[in-house]
Amino acid sequence: MKSLQAMHHLLAEAGHQIEVLEHQGELPMFRDKLQVVGLFPLLPVSAEIFQVNIGKMCNQTCRHCHVDAAPDRKEIMTRETMQLCLDVLKNNPSFTTVDVTGGAPEMNPDFRWFVEEIKKLNKHIIVRCNLTIILANKRFHDLPHFFKKHEVEVVSSLPFYTQDRTDRQRGNGVFEHSIQALQMLNAVGYGTAGSGLLLNLVYNPAGAFLPPSQAALEKEYKAELLKRYNIFFNNLYVITNMPISRYLDYLLVSGNYEKYMDKLVNAFNVAAAKNVMCRNTISVSWDGFLYDCDFNQMLDLKVSCSHSQHLSSFDAKAMNQRSIVVNQHCYGCTAGAGSSCGGAVAK
Amino acid sequence: MENHYYNAEDLGKFGAVSEWQKTMGDKFFAWYSEVFKEGALSAKEKSLIALAVAHAVQCPYCIDAYSSDAFEKGWSEEQMMEAVHVAAAIRGGASLVHGVQMMNKVKEIAM
Repeated sequence: MKSLQAMHHLLAEAGHQIEVLEHQGELPMFRDKLQVVGLFPLLPVSAEIFQVNIGKMCNQTCRHCHVDAAPDRKEIMTRETMQLCLDVLKNNPSFTTVDVTGGAPEMNPDFRWFVEEIKKLNKHIIVRCNLTIILANKRFHDLPHFFKKHEVEVVSSLPFYTQDRTDRQRGNGVFEHSIQALQMLNAVGYGTAGSGLLLNLVYNPAGAFLPPSQAALEKEYKAELLKRYNIFFNNLYVITNMPISRYLDYLLVSGNYEKYMDKLVNAFNVAAAKNVMCRNTISVSWDGFLYDCDFNQMLDLKVSCSHSQHLSSFDAKAMNQRSIVVNQHCYGCTAGAGSSCGGAVAK
Repeated sequence: MENHYYNAEDLGKFGAVSEWQKTMGDKFFAWYSEVFKEGALSAKEKSLIALAVAHAVQCPYCIDAYSSDAFEKGWSEEQMMEAVHVAAAIRGGASLVHGVQMMNKVKEIAM
């Protein structure tokens, strides 16, 4: 399977996606919804999480991917841009966590150097590892040891504890390799009590529906993965699929777009809106531009402070005073118990 | 709008039944909501029971709602179809077991 970009698909263009989101169907505008509950303009509360997308290249081509990541994507963060990230982190102690994502971030040739340099700054590091990369090539087999050495928190997608649902979303054979990779992570101590090595899993619905209760599903995942494969992990994050890129394409092609958007709008939750992740996160693209979140990044909606839209001109004061850019896709983060890179945000 | 006894969009108007009898309607929806919470049975188990019952009572609104809900809660297509078979077996058995009543009656009056 190729990326939308490689297929020259219209939805590979951020502008076309926004056109669809703003004009297809008759949905209330997200900013109006925020206005009603007194949250517009949406403002940051702190700058704690520095999320860096170090490349769109991936060994998988998942059907729901909002990044349109795939083996054919060549956009990769250079070491020079990584150095700009490190400079910003050094000068801004409020950032306590660095969340490294992609694509498969491990495919960036400077990935390990970047992690080592972040560690020297004494920041907590999260790596969003797709699991199968660990088995994709011999040179990645030692990743569990590398993660352990640098006390990296590993966050990995596993859409379900059964092969059928996982492979439908992420491709044939992904489940089997994911299970093997999880066992390799467990073998070095990840997910086991007292090790201090965090292994968190991510659930995404394999279809046009919202996630179920995070607490109930976590309990079920833990019991089933232990019983079937003797696998341990720490937390399960349930994440709502965003109507962006490949998932937007799926919704439109399957005729589910309007119903799905209605579901998101009808499930708007003020408590979730108050806790959206963009209020404590900055998202950095492979080429060093700054966004309120990874979703805005994929829609090319840069931060609103025009003189601080790139790492090279990072202005912490302006960033803390900015208004967060919102659009119709934001309903995805405020539906039900809410959704963030750390799972549900409201009870 | 096409004229049918059942319209899919009417499912979304279920709450409107309270407009003409608020007290009873409110009590029903509060009780309904309580029934489906996590309890001695999980919300996931209750969803599969609801799916089977929806087929037993042949309610198209309930089948629509609980096909989605059961799948969203993680039941597989195979498990959901087995639940429908359970409903069908009970319905079929419910008819057939009355055959005993028929046999009793016939034995009572036959020479």
